[in-house]
Amino acid sequence: MVSERPKVQFETLTVHFGEHIALKDVTLDLRPNEILGIIGPAGSGKTTLLRALNRTLELTRDARIEGKVQLDGEDVYRAPSLPALRRRIGMVAPLPVGLPMSIYDNVAFAPRMAGVRSKTTLDGLVETCLVQAALWDEVKDRLADLGTKLSGGQQQRLTIARALSHEPEVLCLDEFSIAIDPVTTMRIEEVLKELSRRISILLVTNLVQQARRLAHRTAFLLMGELVEVGPTEGLFGRNPSDSRTFDYVHGMFG
Amino acid sequence: MAKGWSKTRAQVERAKERVIELAIAACGISAVVFVFAIIYFVFREAAPLLFGGLDIGQFLGSPEWYPDSVSNKRYGALALIAGTLSVTVLAMAIAVPFGLGAAIYVSEFSHGRTKEALKVVIELLAGVPSVVWGFIGLVVINPIIIDVFNTAVGLNVLNGAFLLGLMSVPIMVSIGEDALKAVPDTYREAAEAMGATKWQVTWRVLLPAARNGLLAAVLLGVGRAVGETMAVLMATGHAVHIPTSPLDSVRTMTATIAAELGETAKGSDHYRILFVLGALLFAITFVVNLVADVAIRGVRKR
Amino acid sequence: MAVFDSSDGARRRHFTQSIARSVFAGMTILLILPVVAIIGLLVVRGAPALSAEFLFSAPMRGMTAGGIWPAIVGTMWLVGVSLAVAAPIGVLAAVYLNEYARDGWITRIVHLAIVNLAGVPSIVHALFGVGAFVLFLSLGTSILSASLTLAIMTLPVIIASTKEALAAVPMPFREACWNVGATRWQTIRHVVLPNSVAGILTGVILQVSRAAGETAPILFTGAAFFLPHLPQSVNDQCMALSMHLFTLSTQVPNVPPQMTYGTALVLLGLVLTVNATSIVIRSRLRRKRRW
Repeated sequence: MVSERPKVQFETLTVHFGEHIALKDVTLDLRPNEILGIIGPAGSGKTTLLRALNRTLELTRDARIEGKVQLDGEDVYRAPSLPALRRRIGMVAPLPVGLPMSIYDNVAFAPRMAGVRSKTTLDGLVETCLVQAALWDEVKDRLADLGTKLSGGQQQRLTIARALSHEPEVLCLDEFSIAIDPVTTMRIEEVLKELSRRISILLVTNLVQQARRLAHRTAFLLMGELVEVGPTEGLFGRNPSDSRTFDYVHGMFG
Repeated sequence: MAKGWSKTRAQVERAKERVIELAIAACGISAVVFVFAIIYFVFREAAPLLFGGLDIGQFLGSPEWYPDSVSNKRYGALALIAGTLSVTVLAMAIAVPFGLGAAIYVSEFSHGRTKEALKVVIELLAGVPSVVWGFIGLVVINPIIIDVFNTAVGLNVLNGAFLLGLMSVPIMVSIGEDALKAVPDTYREAAEAMGATKWQVTWRVLLPAARNGLLAAVLLGVGRAVGETMAVLMATGHAVHIPTSPLDSVRTMTATIAAELGETAKGSDHYRILFVLGALLFAITFVVNLVADVAIRGVRKR
Repeated sequence: MAVFDSSDGARRRHFTQSIARSVFAGMTILLILPVVAIIGLLVVRGAPALSAEFLFSAPMRGMTAGGIWPAIVGTMWLVGVSLAVAAPIGVLAAVYLNEYARDGWITRIVHLAIVNLAGVPSIVHALFGVGAFVLFLSLGTSILSASLTLAIMTLPVIIASTKEALAAVPMPFREACWNVGATRWQTIRHVVLPNSVAGILTGVILQVSRAAGETAPILFTGAAFFLPHLPQSVNDQCMALSMHLFTLSTQVPNVPPQMTYGTALVLLGLVLTVNATSIVIRSRLRRKRRW
């Protein structure tokens, strides 16, 4: 599990939105082939952390970013090409977004934009990604239907399929199970375990138990600060190093 | 995917994207370029006269417009300005109450299909070309005015004002309705909860709350009326004099340009004075639109 | 209500309410009625003139006989060329304003310029056309000069409705595209524009109707009173329906009235049909959302 260089490294990352501080001096790394759970109550900066990595944070007005974010040891804020950077990172936002195009096109969109033209390659990719997102069986007979007409849960899985379609090295999931039923959630969790053999996963979740089931290590964020990070068993055990962590994971607040 | 595409291709793609974005930015600022081009080219033709011998005092203060006189050319635009002013003022006297009244009706008193139908009709009204309005002035309004007021000619201030009124109503209704729509429903509900009638709500709550937007609606109507050309060219007669009654014939600044530009030699003083008139018109509408825009901005900010 | 309110007061209240309603309704009707009557009159008096011969033949005998075919063709030239210029510039300008520009002084100035472009009197546009295209660029009085003048004049129409259409595409669609590594332009090209087509079309159609109806801007830039033959290229002058109506009704003696009415009816019918099409497309679009 442990390798010499982290896949992703946040170094003294501080983010301001105008006057408001969203992240304060966070230093955290994601190791290769690791699932890192990120837990914490609403507004603790979990989403901001993900968006700092794929640089969509800059799209928010008055966002000010200090510190460093590295992917494979390269500063993402010096990346020569934003699209190329974002293709290396799969991003699943909490609210499902089916693009107003066919289900097939939704998944084929990213590869096409990256220049893939071959029909057979695309067909294979679409199937693989939809299977991994546990959506294939439900949509395989109607790939031409509009992605926006799917149910919320289906659209969420379509979003996951899309995030996998550009074969990212890091997959970020932001509370992906909000709109999905428990059975489907379980199926996707299995897929995530499988995926972690090949890629690294940042799993932001409001479900403490989900982090416990999946994450190798878990980080606890509270009001923009990293309270602690460590092996998941430790964090959920009797003696996390910070009492606030204990209170949170045992449902005292949040 | 990174494997799927070579480095040179990526560079070509990025260069292509860069070119497209430059083209988009260029189109984006094109409107600014065009406005400056309008100012530049209108003043370019006007300048030799404007800064070379035009008696500004006479231009603005004298009603004597004899641009073709062989012995004694005079460029007094006062009668033309008075013509524009009289037609505009009378048009607004007709259009403001009706335009705002219709805006209130559409926004506050009509619902569902009626509302949609009214908006469509008013939009179609906006689509009638000004030359068609002018034609209507000639063949419909003209005889009516002759009959009703027992005058020799019906091509006068009243005729032009009636047409301009109808022409500027659509923009007043649509901007006015926007302004009323922007008043939060909570205002209406609060007033109605206190037992105010719809009339009281409209008069005491909505109109004061929407006044900036309504002002903008009126100003945009004024802008249209001042700048309108074909309808007034055809319907106000061709008398260059300061009107003393709505039944007098006049000629507006716009109509003068349209009527005389074709007959002047390029580069002559007469030709240039028409560009000076154009520059004056530009300045007037510029200010009117600017004020209207500031008023609308105020509405949106709230 | 009656508990708190004397029944007399309630009645009075109800009365003022219905008075107010009737006053405003009356004003609205008084606005619409004359227009409907006038249009009815144009139809009644103009319809008898409409015939294949009137539509498809050239004016004859000092324009007191014959038809309006060259004017129809000329209007099509002017509309077509001005559209070809204004549509791409207008759509891209709206893309810039909605997708690229950040709020700031540049956007503010561009916005003011657009408002101004829409507000400048048409006759001033004509003067500009004469100064810039006819003289400075030496394009002469030609379809090209007239169309360029019309294009600049109608640009705000296209920009405004395209911008509205683009703004109606939800932000999360764009974010989803950026998240998977699509560039800004790819996102616009493949997601934003395809989903604003109907709105853009509305603006383009409105531009057509404006361009077809305008007279002042083409008076001195390219429209001719009378041309016996049809234009062959953008460097020729042309007749135009709007100009022809002006000519027939004010410049030519002894025109049979029904010819003038017929011309007015054709022009009005053309413009209003185009306008109505745009309204229909827009309401269809509202009902047929893809999300």
